[in-house]
Amino acid sequence: MRSLSVNLIFLLAQSLLAGAALAAESLDTIIIDEGYDKQTRIAVVPFDAGPEFSNQADMGGIISFDLSRSGQFAPLERDNMLSFPGRPEQVFFRDWRVLGMEYLLIGNLRTVANGNTRVRYHLFDVVNEREMLGGEVTGTRAEWRDMAHEVADAAYEAITGIPGAFATKIIYVLAENAGSPSARYSLELADSDGERSRTLFSSDQPIMSPGWGPEGRRAAYVSWETGRQSIIIQDVESGEREIITRFSGINGSPVFSPDGRKLLMVLSRDGNPEIYLMNLANRSLRQLTRHHGIDTEPSFSPDGQQVIFTSDRGGAPQIYRLDLDTNLVERLTFEGGYNARARLLPDGRHMVYVHRRDGRYYIAWRDLERNDVRILTQTSTGLDESPSLAPNGTMLMYATQDQGRGILAVVSLDGSVKYRLPSSSGDVREPAWSPYLDFRM
Amino acid sequence: MTTQWLRNLLIVLIGSVVLAGCAGTGTQTEPIEPSTEPVETPDTTPAPDGPSSRSAEVDENGNPYVPGSTRLMSRTYYFDFDRSVLSPDDLASLEMHATFLRNNPDRSVVIEGHADERGTREYNLALGERRADAVQSFLVSAGVSRRQLEIVSYGEERPEDPGHNEAAWARNRRAVLIYR
Repeated sequence: MRSLSVNLIFLLAQSLLAGAALAAESLDTIIIDEGYDKQTRIAVVPFDAGPEFSNQADMGGIISFDLSRSGQFAPLERDNMLSFPGRPEQVFFRDWRVLGMEYLLIGNLRTVANGNTRVRYHLFDVVNEREMLGGEVTGTRAEWRDMAHEVADAAYEAITGIPGAFATKIIYVLAENAGSPSARYSLELADSDGERSRTLFSSDQPIMSPGWGPEGRRAAYVSWETGRQSIIIQDVESGEREIITRFSGINGSPVFSPDGRKLLMVLSRDGNPEIYLMNLANRSLRQLTRHHGIDTEPSFSPDGQQVIFTSDRGGAPQIYRLDLDTNLVERLTFEGGYNARARLLPDGRHMVYVHRRDGRYYIAWRDLERNDVRILTQTSTGLDESPSLAPNGTMLMYATQDQGRGILAVVSLDGSVKYRLPSSSGDVREPAWSPYLDFRM
Repeated sequence: MTTQWLRNLLIVLIGSVVLAGCAGTGTQTEPIEPSTEPVETPDTTPAPDGPSSRSAEVDENGNPYVPGSTRLMSRTYYFDFDRSVLSPDDLASLEMHATFLRNNPDRSVVIEGHADERGTREYNLALGERRADAVQSFLVSAGVSRRQLEIVSYGEERPEDPGHNEAAWARNRRAVLIYR
């Protein structure tokens, strides 16, 4: 009973701390709009933590919310829990069976060498009364949320068979007073749930088209800081920046190759926007398109052999595919007068892109072999753009408008799960979801 | 190079469309006679208190006045949705800029291209560049040196009107001349 009341005080203190922290963040707490009809029932028990952790965020709560925003889980409310086990020997399966739970996740925290925290966790199959997974993660107080997301990833994979992508990052552009003399544009880095945002680069000139290197340590983006457009590569952790191109005209759409050694880009230095491939080691350029129409928004196939891009060579923007060996170009989209900025899924056989229908812009999904098309977003504003895939291919983040403000939102690839990351200041846009990260930042 | 050839062809085509729109006066390389401009006829009476006619040609920021008046030349040109064709109504104004730039070869101008927020950002960047290109092609075909002109597209990144409606979008589809 004593541990319960201590836990409640923790929760109260944590919510106050969370409220104070939000003021400085560029993204607010997620609002879940839709999930699956049939959700997996799991209980995530508040992790057993001593009083030395009283000023830390609620780790079980972070894990529970991760599973919840996947849309696949319905975590049990804490008020309904009959016991609060922190170790396997404290688990009584009937306490969870009677509540209809399929899975149970418990954990305990301990301070170890150098003041680090060690988190031990155990995932149980309630129906079969067995432990499915046990493990531990260790880190500093500053890595608290990383540890929670890593536990959520492990539990998610043990239950669904798909690697979790909670311990990933996003970068995005925050624009305040865009177009006015007091305009401020920032490149922001945050956890995939929008928490712990911080500014990587800020300018009174626009910032555009951010994307990740495949190793998760570099970001490429477009900046007008020199008075004309430049493509920049920035080391995310050190902040070190390098101007990669500064040609006259457009210097846009930077996208890393899957091996990280090359950069796709759009240059209009010869008068017309064309797609180029730069070898980053020696900065040599190979021109991939030669057409008087607009060619833009390139991205790689996962195997690096093909480039898909947007072109209006047929009279309106449509998506095309270019084979890097043969230079043959084939058109991929035919429905509607506007299909643009495509990204291929990790399987290379499906893609997501911006599709116009009845004058509104939505995110669409397409099966390239069967030519099935599915609209994933149907927001009321119809200004959806910049889809970016989670590395496990289950969800995508995109930019949309909500109450006159640019915000980020997430939808599952089958359209069933939807949530928003509201913003309390400025317009938030152009999210780029990181690859899997094998380090913390 | 093929692209260069196509580009030249495009300039010539745009130039001829533009000139055809101006009652067929002049040729592709010759500027239109000022007398054919119906709106902005130079005032023949000297400015009453201007220090000199030379200094009254531009304001303190270097932006040119409509000849003989105290009104600045308009420097913003608007476009239809998803289009980059100059409006016939803007040609007389652009011709005034061409005359000013021909007479002041030391002056240069940055042509900004902009788009509304609908559609994807990088495609809008290209669309903004096409709009700036349309203005540049007109000025070049009217005899302005390319050395005086530079193009910068901002796509949808720097809206004139931050709203999300038809009126705001119409104001944001534009090319703007920034005198240096």
